[in-house]
Amino acid sequence: MSVDQTAFRAALLDPEAPVPAGLVDAAGAPAGKRFDVYRNNVAVSLTEALEVAFPVVRKLVGDDFFKAMAGVFLRRHPPTSPILALYGADFPRFLRGFKPAASLGYLPDVARLEQALRESFHAADAAPADAARLQALAPDALMRARLTLAPSLRVIRSPWPIHGIWTFNTTEGALQPPGEAQDVLITRTDYDPHPHLLPPGGADFVEALLKGDSFGAALGRAGAVARDFDLTATLGLLIGGEAITDIHTDEAPDDPLSATA
Amino acid sequence: MPDAAHRSDFTLPIAAGVGYKPRHFAAIMADPGRVGFLEIHAENYMGEGGRMVAQLGHLAERLPISLHGVGLSIGGEGRLDQDHLARLARLNAWLRPAAFSEHLAWSTHEGAYLNDLLPLPYTNATLQRVADHIDEVQEALGRRMMLENPSTYLAFAESTWAEPDFLREIARRTGCALLLDVNNVFVSATNLDFAPQGYIDAFPLDLVREIHLGGHAEDVDEHGRPLLIDDHGHKVTGAVWALYDYTIARAGPRPTLIEWDADVPEWPVLESEAARAARSLREAGA
Repeated sequence: MSVDQTAFRAALLDPEAPVPAGLVDAAGAPAGKRFDVYRNNVAVSLTEALEVAFPVVRKLVGDDFFKAMAGVFLRRHPPTSPILALYGADFPRFLRGFKPAASLGYLPDVARLEQALRESFHAADAAPADAARLQALAPDALMRARLTLAPSLRVIRSPWPIHGIWTFNTTEGALQPPGEAQDVLITRTDYDPHPHLLPPGGADFVEALLKGDSFGAALGRAGAVARDFDLTATLGLLIGGEAITDIHTDEAPDDPLSATA
Repeated sequence: MPDAAHRSDFTLPIAAGVGYKPRHFAAIMADPGRVGFLEIHAENYMGEGGRMVAQLGHLAERLPISLHGVGLSIGGEGRLDQDHLARLARLNAWLRPAAFSEHLAWSTHEGAYLNDLLPLPYTNATLQRVADHIDEVQEALGRRMMLENPSTYLAFAESTWAEPDFLREIARRTGCALLLDVNNVFVSATNLDFAPQGYIDAFPLDLVREIHLGGHAEDVDEHGRPLLIDDHGHKVTGAVWALYDYTIARAGPRPTLIEWDADVPEWPVLESEAARAARSLREAGA
């Protein structure tokens, strides 16, 4: 009696399924509980991977609920790659359709924030550009400049106060989350990703820069969304977060040291 | 590959090493103690950048690294994951590790990665498939690899080969070397009711380029018979140390790694396990 990997895998992910005939113990009897060791290894290790990946989601729903939810997810969406550091990319979408958690409408967006933090952690390294070069540009040259942003940068938009929820659940003594929409900018300094609250229009500004729009065009996009767009605060987050890695200008450089790298 | 290239495929020192955990980075950089090499799980270092990769770069300047794959699914019925093989080849080319190893097991089927080292029937068909996959890996990496014996909890009724003979034949066909996990031998011997010393006696010890030691957990099956779980979450047991000493008395001293992946202890505890292995290596003539 041969057991192929299709049969093995099907029984592995279904705790109710019979153990495939042909798997035996030392006496040649059906493997029984011995097969459960593999079942357990798969379910427990993938559940642990999700617990490490989504600690705030876990805190919001509680340990038991999270384990049960992870058990449903890992059977419906087993990893498609052996790189478990990024397992769970489908988790936010899964949560949107997971009825038992439907009362927590913000849960999928908190999961998106946590997944983005992991992506940022493993993203490529890039040295920050000298921010003084931005300040040295004449206003019209600045408006025409295009910025390259760090591969570890992420923008998460949400109709929920996800920055407040994340902070409240990760920081001792943090304030209760406000009842408003929040967009988050993730930047990475000294290899640690940090989520920052973006001012209104900030997400539009950064996303425009990411698309390759000029500084002036990005400013226009932000201003169209938020009339009092706080450019200083948004630029402060990008510079403080070492997220601007290159500054492209169309100026003929009169000082070779300030030439575009 | 020419013979000259073969000799440089395995350059681990005859010393005790440990499985690297990021929490031990500072301790190792300050003083690795009796630890003479580190082993890393390849899949944890396939990110584009960040702290994990940067720290690995620092460690590799300090100690020889054994690159240990856990996700290639060499025993899989389907084709090897070409994206994963390419990532592995890139990591190998950048890191230039002192050795590369993978498992006699499968973990991916029809695109789903199951995150466990799953068992194989020891048949002629499996043997041919595993040998073909090893040829492909050695070609992609431009080096020979070691294949590791698994810990098993059950057997396949269809198997026609004993595991040591099966591994010997794979090595003969592919030119690969072997990684002998002595804890796995003890776990499988207990679970499948054979004598662990007999397994060691039958094993092609001349092909062993690295030995693994680790802890296991004890359970019983539904008939009350012992069921050992290879959880890498404890100290190496006395019985496994005895089997290790038995092994290196026959094989001679070999690079020996302590694996501790769950409930990872503070550095001094892990280092003392490595020091215990180093003592055995000295007594075996290292």
